[in-house]
Amino acid sequence: MQYQLKINGESRTVDVEPGTPLLWVLRDELELTGTKFGCGVAYCGACTVHVDGYPTRSCQTFVEDAVDSEITTIEGATDKVAKAVQAAWQEKDVVQCGWCQSGQIMSAIGLLTENPNPTDEEIKDYMYGNACRCVTYVRINEAIKLASEKLEA
Amino acid sequence: MNISVSRRGFLKGSAAGATALFVGVNAKGVLAAGSSLAANTDLNPFVKIDADGVVTVIIKHFEMGQGTTTGLTTLVAEEIDANWDSVKTDFAPADDVRYKNLFFGAQGTGGSTSIANSFVQYREAGAAARDLLVRAAAQSWGVDASTISVENGIISSGSNSGHFGEFVAIAATLEAVEKPTIKTPDQFKLIGNEKLHRKDNHGKTTGTAIFAMDVNLPGMIYAAIMHSPKFGGTVVSFDDSAAKDVGGFIAAQVLPNKAGVVAFGKNTWSAFQARDALSVEWDFSVAETRSTDALIAAHQALLDEKPEFEIGHEITTENVAPLIDGASKTIEADFTFPYLAHASMESLNCTIEPTDFGVRVHDGCQFPTITRPTVAAILGLKPEQVEIKTLYAGGSFGRRANPTADYNAEAAMAFAVSGKKVPVKLVWSREDDMKGGYYRAMSAHRAKIGLDADGKIVGWDHRLAIKSIMKGTSFEGMMVRDGVDATSVEGVSESLYAIPNQAIGLTDFHNPVPVLWWRSVGHTHTAYAMETLMDMVAAESGQDPIELRLAMLDAAQPNQARMIEAIKHVREISGWKEGDKRGFACHFSFNTCVAVVADVSVDDTSVHVNKLFMAVECGVAVNPDVIRAQMEGGAGYGLTAILRNQITLTDGEVDQYNFPDYELLRNPEMPEVEVAIVPSNGAPTGVGEPGLPPTGPAVANAIFAQTGKRILDLPMTKAGFDFV
Repeated sequence: MQYQLKINGESRTVDVEPGTPLLWVLRDELELTGTKFGCGVAYCGACTVHVDGYPTRSCQTFVEDAVDSEITTIEGATDKVAKAVQAAWQEKDVVQCGWCQSGQIMSAIGLLTENPNPTDEEIKDYMYGNACRCVTYVRINEAIKLASEKLEA
Repeated sequence: MNISVSRRGFLKGSAAGATALFVGVNAKGVLAAGSSLAANTDLNPFVKIDADGVVTVIIKHFEMGQGTTTGLTTLVAEEIDANWDSVKTDFAPADDVRYKNLFFGAQGTGGSTSIANSFVQYREAGAAARDLLVRAAAQSWGVDASTISVENGIISSGSNSGHFGEFVAIAATLEAVEKPTIKTPDQFKLIGNEKLHRKDNHGKTTGTAIFAMDVNLPGMIYAAIMHSPKFGGTVVSFDDSAAKDVGGFIAAQVLPNKAGVVAFGKNTWSAFQARDALSVEWDFSVAETRSTDALIAAHQALLDEKPEFEIGHEITTENVAPLIDGASKTIEADFTFPYLAHASMESLNCTIEPTDFGVRVHDGCQFPTITRPTVAAILGLKPEQVEIKTLYAGGSFGRRANPTADYNAEAAMAFAVSGKKVPVKLVWSREDDMKGGYYRAMSAHRAKIGLDADGKIVGWDHRLAIKSIMKGTSFEGMMVRDGVDATSVEGVSESLYAIPNQAIGLTDFHNPVPVLWWRSVGHTHTAYAMETLMDMVAAESGQDPIELRLAMLDAAQPNQARMIEAIKHVREISGWKEGDKRGFACHFSFNTCVAVVADVSVDDTSVHVNKLFMAVECGVAVNPDVIRAQMEGGAGYGLTAILRNQITLTDGEVDQYNFPDYELLRNPEMPEVEVAIVPSNGAPTGVGEPGLPPTGPAVANAIFAQTGKRILDLPMTKAGFDFV
């Protein structure tokens, strides 16, 4: 079945079965592979994208429910907050294997868009849902603080 | 021309028609240089310099996050005096000879050896390239080479200056020196530099880094496999009538080895859905059908018997017994350790594509030496017909380094039964990955220690029961001596402590559950047992845990001296005092010494790890920030395992299915970590794994210091603790 989606500001048409998770539409049909598959049950956050500006688990978002929304993936994360977050991530050398990091970054952008100056506890609480097996959390939290400072400055 | 297809494709792609300088080793392992393939059929490069001056370092080790792309690049860039920010990286093709791990004698990554085995090799390649460029510049300018200096990718002499690319054409006509002079530590600018950023930083923060699962090829179909729910089960028959109702389903086939049924779909989702709709009848006649309690009991029962193997032979469990029986005090402890899954964030996957010469395997490939012939044999090809395209791996922790290349073999079988006409991407779901075996082995330890009236150890009987990782694999010849798999007992048998009268007994456990190395291998359990026991000795004899360790280490022995330094550093940064209510542990693994102080809060049975102080002695620190990251990561990876992770079986079937019941450490649970790197000019040693072993026992010893409770059965949730 054909669906028309709004992804990273562009209109894209895909032909997939109803019920196909947005994650696999992005990865397999549109080759937007920056969004990662981690668990498939909305438990690890690796597949986080923005749907109408909010961090959302694309593995549990069905294609038919996404047609009227603005979808932003890591490839389209280019606003001021996104740039600050990515720069801070690079400055703090956060990544290790990197598989969860697109999702971490999409969540961090969501946090700083909503709350530009979060406390340490607010950062930890907000980022709880994004698991990192390499355990880069110490640096993730430092990078969010740094991005927040740069955005406030 | 006698060269493998994969290497031809690789070099052609790299050279892109223009003149470039390649420096690497030939089949004899000798440094050589050249400008084009025709002149150097024999060469596989470690570094390539293009006519535009771009330096590309060819990375012979895969990148799973441990920092090889950064580390090996540092070694070359240091010696060539390149501009760090502009150096690029590329992964090496499969070549057992030229890209071998010098410690393994085969191409592969593991055992925390990437920097250690490459340290001189990659620096010499960089130094040889620099020497060629300098001589080329001297020739070009008509000056003496001694007047030339190189800095940040620019070669200069007096008023002459130019970038590397301007001299590659001449340099490529010169003969490389076989043994170039490499820098002394006082000349290092990049090695040890705190300000270098990771080479994989940009791609992994912008979503542009390509991992194996990200491969998309024209005409590609997707595969998912229904595996036996019990280890060792085989397919009797299957019914795919329900799968035929799944949109995008293509076909289902039994794998040639009968270990599963593969479903093909037009995308990953349809392959998963079709696979889940299969109905399979299994033969479990040789499968594991026991449950976890029975398996633990079976391990412990082996400890009641005379050990199958005695390690060391000088003191046996039999003749140490009277020494312990006659001691003033005895300490006895029984430990059990569960199966653990590696649970990398990128579940296992592999893509195989038909090519003119054979196939191309797209993989986060940890052991090309094994993957290549395994895939070739399944497809009836020669190994040279299998090209391996190594891509970033979303974690491994040992799982991708498999003596059976299990998931590569599955991909090859799926490709074979698909008809071999189109690319096939095999993807494991999280459930496949969690239930797929090759776990950290379950094990049991039993120790009995005798102390004299002064609290000195007079005898130590240490017995282990565990399934061997190495036996029955191609590693058996290298890693098994006198029947003993070194990885079953490492960390006890090679403890740095001067323990008088220590007997070590090992009995192999046998069952169909496949086991594998898991970040830090045997040290995952031996360090926990040893360092808990040392803490028990300290408590029984009224000694400070740190003073006890220092008293049992001999500064005249090089590795023990390194451990003493690590211990003193961690004592200093943590401000450790006599009677401290924190926990201490230290452990030597992968030639590296790590000492840890754990600061833990315990409220009844709720535990929070507040802070870890870690000191590491790993020789010269090539990338200090990567070392710190590996200490943080190793500590966190170990923490979640000792706190709450376990793979359990009910009637042979794995109970855990996904992250909700194999809960990874979460952001708020990660303690603060302070790492001290002990200054050293020694040869670099491992850092990917050594942070893990001492962290768990340091936390356990802290819990004892505060509650008086010893936790000997892991995970700690079994003792009623939870972590907040």
